[in-house]
Amino acid sequence: MILIWIALALAIGVPVALAATSEQLAWRGPVYVLSGFAGIVALALVLVQPLLIGGYLPPLSAYRGRRAHHWIGGALVLAVVIHVAGLWITSPPDMIDALTYASPTPFSPFGVTAMWAIFIVALLASLRRRLELRPRTWRFIHMPLAIVIVAGSVVHCLLIEGTMETVSKVALCVLVLAVTAKVMIDLQVWRKRRALRGESGARQ
Amino acid sequence: MTKVVLNRRNLLVAGGSVLTTGVLATSMPGMLLPARAAGVAPTESMSGGANNYRKGAAVVDRIGKGGFWMSGTVRRAGDGAPLAGQRIQIWAHTVEGQEHEPQSHGATLTDKDGKFRLEMPQIIPIFGQPHGHLAYDSGEFKTVFLRPVMRSAKETSLEAHFVLQPA
Repeated sequence: MILIWIALALAIGVPVALAATSEQLAWRGPVYVLSGFAGIVALALVLVQPLLIGGYLPPLSAYRGRRAHHWIGGALVLAVVIHVAGLWITSPPDMIDALTYASPTPFSPFGVTAMWAIFIVALLASLRRRLELRPRTWRFIHMPLAIVIVAGSVVHCLLIEGTMETVSKVALCVLVLAVTAKVMIDLQVWRKRRALRGESGARQ
Repeated sequence: MTKVVLNRRNLLVAGGSVLTTGVLATSMPGMLLPARAAGVAPTESMSGGANNYRKGAAVVDRIGKGGFWMSGTVRRAGDGAPLAGQRIQIWAHTVEGQEHEPQSHGATLTDKDGKFRLEMPQIIPIFGQPHGHLAYDSGEFKTVFLRPVMRSAKETSLEAHFVLQPA
């Protein structure tokens, strides 16, 4: 039980620690440094999200895991906002190019697309009750967007030449993909199961 | 014609792509076909090339403390003749400053063979790619902004080539 927490701490802590030793940091201003780390934290949170919702982090109950998933979702939005705002301050024309999908850097459109997917999920999640979205409808919306977020974030991160150390970066990205695939298989998100609908409905 | 192909290859490498000329011809026909039709085709500005541009950087012997070499050529569209005395402005995020800061900017002039070479501080990755910026913006020819990317952040030189057309 404790092993999964240690593994999670290492999966996130090692890449963050190695990025903190990057020689690139010496040539960056504080805002640029902050926005870079906000991006790394965002990727780490993308790893935490499927772990929480899949119930892989004992002793968190399914209910508590789901609550934490909501809060971490909010934190993810915040991390992305800091990432984008910090980069905007660092170099406005480069950020505007990225946001308008006119950037010369191949990783930008992946990151920007993942960002919009994160914002859409967060917005719909906050309005879910008001919109009276049924669990099945919610899943139908959330799962494709979750895939866009995971795939977009991973490609974005892998193509960037920045402060992250390569091996720890690839390892974190592979973990994000693996955990996402596992939770989607375990929860059988694509199967129209009456029982599953009832179960999720009861939890809400 | 050999010269043209070499030039294209340099441009491509600068763009971070490792493509064969054949792939280039199919993927970017706009860059090669006009060259065949009307001699040497003019260089198009690269996307993001003008970012953090400061108009009117002074001609300098060296930007900052140096240690890194930016070089290239300037030729005329059509006949490909070298253009002497053309002012090329150069800027980048280096170990001595960010892209927008004045000390990161400088300019140099081409020699009689249309070649330019300016020493500047080591370029480091910014916004996820180690890249430099160059501009021809002197009025006689159409303005061109280039944004070549280094194959590796460890490299200590970078090239960019201009083919200019009358304004």
